[in-house]
Amino acid sequence: MSAQAFRSIKDIPLEEYFTPGHRACQGCGETIAVRHILKAAGPDVIVVNATGCLEVISSPYPYTAWAVPWYHVAFENAAAVASGIEAALKVLTRKNLISGKKIHVVCFAGDGGTADIGFQALSGALERGHDFLYVCLDNEAYMNTGIQRSSSTPYGAWTTTSPPGKVKPAGQMTYKKDLPSIFAAHGIPYVATATVAYPLDLINKAKKGLEVEGPAYLHVYTPCSPGWRIPSEKVVQVSRLGVQTGMFLIYEVENGQLRLTVKPSRRKPVTEYLKMQGRFRHLSDEDVERIQRLVDERCAKFGLPPLEAST
Amino acid sequence: MTTDKPTVKNLPIAGIIFVPGSAKEYNTGAFRSQKPILDAKLCTKCGMCWVYCPDGAVFVNSEGMYEINLKYCKGCGICSEECARKAIKMVDEEE
Ligand SMILES: Cc1ncc(C[n+]2csc(CCOP(=O)(O)OP(=O)(O)O)c2C)c(N)n1
Ligand code: SF4
Ligand code: SF4
Ligand code: SF4
Ligand SMILES: [Mg+2]
Repeated sequence: MSAQAFRSIKDIPLEEYFTPGHRACQGCGETIAVRHILKAAGPDVIVVNATGCLEVISSPYPYTAWAVPWYHVAFENAAAVASGIEAALKVLTRKNLISGKKIHVVCFAGDGGTADIGFQALSGALERGHDFLYVCLDNEAYMNTGIQRSSSTPYGAWTTTSPPGKVKPAGQMTYKKDLPSIFAAHGIPYVATATVAYPLDLINKAKKGLEVEGPAYLHVYTPCSPGWRIPSEKVVQVSRLGVQTGMFLIYEVENGQLRLTVKPSRRKPVTEYLKMQGRFRHLSDEDVERIQRLVDERCAKFGLPPLEAST
Repeated sequence: MTTDKPTVKNLPIAGIIFVPGSAKEYNTGAFRSQKPILDAKLCTKCGMCWVYCPDGAVFVNSEGMYEINLKYCKGCGICSEECARKAIKMVDEEE
């Protein structure tokens, strides 16, 4: 399991299982991630998709951007449906009704669908030990319905339901729920975080999550141009800055062992990440300092270098 | 695949779509206000534009060169922004 399945860009399959012609906004981060995760899975896969942008933009009837079997299910139960499919595949295999080859089960849901609405279904599926890969596409709000805050929205972000005002000048006043840690605490064999700017890291983690026996959880930071108030061409750059500033920690937890997989040699100040995004435009200097402090503390825990004093 | 709008009477149960990847028939090029122009002379075939394109609109043509399919390209500008060789320029679409 330690060898990387994809060592260079040239190892990534050309085949698209999430096809062009989908109707995501220009520069949608979610769709970059989905393309590569499906390339890691190959054709023998069944996808379960909770309600959210990905479902809506991929399936306006009678079109589908899915070149593999795909179920759209409710917001609450993607992990429960994936559990059922995995259990059914097991029985069909045992009864020799299908060939013995491995059919992957992959779940896609947004941060709203994972941190809030599908949370208990996912916790149950992980606890029962179903063999599937759950992917949370984290764009840090309920984007499909018009940018409402979720429990995965970070402190200080503007959303339509966390508008900065007199009483709550920072906008979102609560802190982002740490989903990867929560799911790692379930003791499942594989948990990882990734983001679209580092496609090889992402695709290798998807592959590992698919191959491991038992449940795997992959948390992907996927910038959203309209929701984060960034120009579409900056989506990958923001994703990269998220990592370089320590806002996104990119790691994997394999059998309980945590390892950073993308480790910036020097850390940039969080302002570089924040100032690119309209959703943070209102933040006061004190708010930025608070975010910097929190990021510094978290990075220290993960063994990342301190911020350079020069800034 | 038909582009005729189905009615309630002939919709398949559960709204099943029988043609995998049928979205390929749909033209998303109309989203564009700018289009990317790839200068093959500058291109080192690193593949990053292909990797990052959210729309799978970059492809490798029969001569092994990277090329952009304007039927799907939405003009987001990521390929241009990410190309280390600055081989992709964004230009305004004309009427
Ligand atoms: C139970 C339920 N509540 C609300 C909705 C409306 N709804 C559809 S998509 C969506 C937002 C999804 O947000 P997220 O899961 O973060 O995915 P994103 O669209 O951001 O990718 C909402 C609220 C719904 N479909 N079902
Ligand atoms: S709103 Fe954001 S997540 Fe949804 S399709 Fe547009 S860019 Fe993608
Ligand atoms: S990113 Fe630039 S250099 Fe690389 S393949 Fe694309 S056009 Fe060529
Ligand atoms: S402009 Fe955007 S959609 Fe068009 S080819 Fe470049 S990355 Fe793809
Ligand atoms: Mg979301």
